[in-house]
Amino acid sequence: MKKKVTTFYDVMEARGISRRDFMKFCTTTAASMGLASSMVPQVVHAMENKPRIPILWIHGLECTCCSESFIRSAHPLASDVVLSMISLDYDDTLMAAAGHQAEAILDEIREEYKGNYIVAVEGNPPLNNDGMFCIVGGRSFLDQLIEVSKDALAVVAWGSCASNGCVQAAAPNPTQATPIKKVITDKPIINVPGCPPISEVMTGVLTYILTFGKLPELDRQGRPKMFYSQRIHDKCYRRPHFDAGQFVEKWDDEGARKGWCLYKMGCKGPTTYNACSSIGFNEGTSFPIKSGHGCIGCSEENFWDNGPFYERLTHVEGFGIESNADTIGMGVAAGTAAAIGVHAVASAGKQLTKKDAENT
Amino acid sequence: MSNEHEEKVLSIYVYEAPLRLWHWINALAITVLAVTGYLIGSPPEAMIGEASEHYRMGIIRFLHFGAGYVLLFGFIGRIYWAFAGNEHARELFVPKMYSILWWKELLTELKWYLFLTKEPHKYVGHNPLAQFAMFFIFLVGMVFMICTGFALYSEGAGAGTWSAVAFGWVRDIFPNSQTLHTWHHLGMWYLLTFVMAHVYVAIREDIMSRQSIVSTMISGHRLFKDDRP
Ligand code: HEM
Ligand code: HEM
Ligand code: SF4
Repeated sequence: MKKKVTTFYDVMEARGISRRDFMKFCTTTAASMGLASSMVPQVVHAMENKPRIPILWIHGLECTCCSESFIRSAHPLASDVVLSMISLDYDDTLMAAAGHQAEAILDEIREEYKGNYIVAVEGNPPLNNDGMFCIVGGRSFLDQLIEVSKDALAVVAWGSCASNGCVQAAAPNPTQATPIKKVITDKPIINVPGCPPISEVMTGVLTYILTFGKLPELDRQGRPKMFYSQRIHDKCYRRPHFDAGQFVEKWDDEGARKGWCLYKMGCKGPTTYNACSSIGFNEGTSFPIKSGHGCIGCSEENFWDNGPFYERLTHVEGFGIESNADTIGMGVAAGTAAAIGVHAVASAGKQLTKKDAENT
Repeated sequence: MSNEHEEKVLSIYVYEAPLRLWHWINALAITVLAVTGYLIGSPPEAMIGEASEHYRMGIIRFLHFGAGYVLLFGFIGRIYWAFAGNEHARELFVPKMYSILWWKELLTELKWYLFLTKEPHKYVGHNPLAQFAMFFIFLVGMVFMICTGFALYSEGAGAGTWSAVAFGWVRDIFPNSQTLHTWHHLGMWYLLTFVMAHVYVAIREDIMSRQSIVSTMISGHRLFKDDRP
């Protein structure tokens, strides 16, 4: 028998959330998605009328920082709402059910909402040794992921683990941890990279799907354009110091105290696509650069292998531990210069002997 | 013959004005790009005072991008000239690698540089060895720098701008922007290797070969120092 259609608003009402708070939530979320205020009614309407989308939130190789970030949304309601929606269904970290009872929910949702539910994946499956490096409920996470995704509407890849492998996929990647997009190839995949991703971005993505009944527009790497089309550097509040050429040179120097640009301390803001510098973390309190540490580029593919974190130029593998583009280039240039020098001397010798020969 | 005594110094007009103009503008652009590019990777010591009083990094980057545009438009003009100009205007783009004679000459030229022959041959345009280096190191290197450079540029310019439309695809080849920066940076040293060898060889040949070299890229005329074949 089919259950009565429940909406997000139903869930909220049941939890004793006031109309006023509900409207605030809709406005904040619309703003974080970059929607005009005229679109707020549409968000409200969707929340009130559309059946809530069941979400199966599964966990592979991960550290749970995505969940941690998620429950710290700027608007407390955001997490409350989406959390309630999720915990009602399946999330092995947050739900009340456990054991077989919990696993049964997976099958239930899959049958009842065939083709209409969303799989949110935190972490990724290790493919080596048949996936035995990550076991959930007695079988490999790889199995679970494939089975659960089969009838999904879409798969949301939470965080850098699911989107592009993150730390566990760093070279040499012994467990062969593999991003979701390389395992599930027949479903739309939304990558929401970051370690962790920003909570507003996470709720924003889910709210967008609910409001508009479709997946947000994605960029070429499968990330929602509305949150990932600019770099940290483009909106960084320290940018005026970058343009002025005022850089922190050491962690305890005058520049560091004055809040100058962290570029020379290895800040990866110029090469990292994310919304940290505009939205911030923990209710908008801060983000790495604001707390005085450069961006490490956690939402970028292979960021772990693009180190060091504290140097501007990336070390290039295969040329010794401390080589970057400049040390390699200068080596090559010095070699060329030496070769030219030797050749020039030899040429001069030849020219002189030729002159001598001509003169005699 | 009436001009018998003039035969000793033979002059042929080889490089037409647009090609020469391009050569020097291009050399200047690459010099500016290399200096500013290096400084983008390793900026100079910080300046004290308020941020509003300075714009040093801004100027360095502006010069880099300005020179980048000069490089691009110069190159487009140079491609046009390959069609409009004389046969020597095409040597840069189509080394005659299908010709056995070309390879033979390349070998002769190589021997000349390895001090294995007494005398080089004479060439109206570029010699095959020069063509080889100009094609594989310079041309390939410069196209790589233009593609990666404008791909980086499009990151700041933003989605929908012409550079994002024309060069955005380059960004997909690399796993991330940092790697793209690294390759763009390595490309600089690749090109600089060419420039070092190129300038050395131009000056050396000017002195040692049987023809004019450096002045040819200035006046366009190739002068031969003797009338032997
Ligand atoms: C960034 C620096 C430079 C670059 C990238 C560069 C590149 C080139 C290229 C691509 C050509 C072939 C022209 C064509 O066929 O269209 C050429 C020719 C030439 N370049 Fe340069 N050049 C540079 C600097 C210089 C300098 C500083 C000199 C002078 C010492 C020089 C002397 C010449 C000469 C003499 C030729 C003609 C060679 C011949 O007679 O066949 N170049 N260069
Ligand atoms: C001979 C040609 C060029 C050379 C030698 C050169 C050199 C460099 C170098 C060394 C860097 C620093 C890379 C890093 O370590 O982060 C750089 C960055 C850059 N270059 Fe070039 N470049 C060339 C051509 C171009 C062109 C044609 C463009 C197009 C406008 C361009 C645009 C850029 C941009 C946008 C950056 C990044 C700036 C930033 O991150 O602030 N480059 N270039
Ligand atoms: S601190 Fe980092 S992101 Fe901010 S302006 Fe400097 S380099 Fe860019």
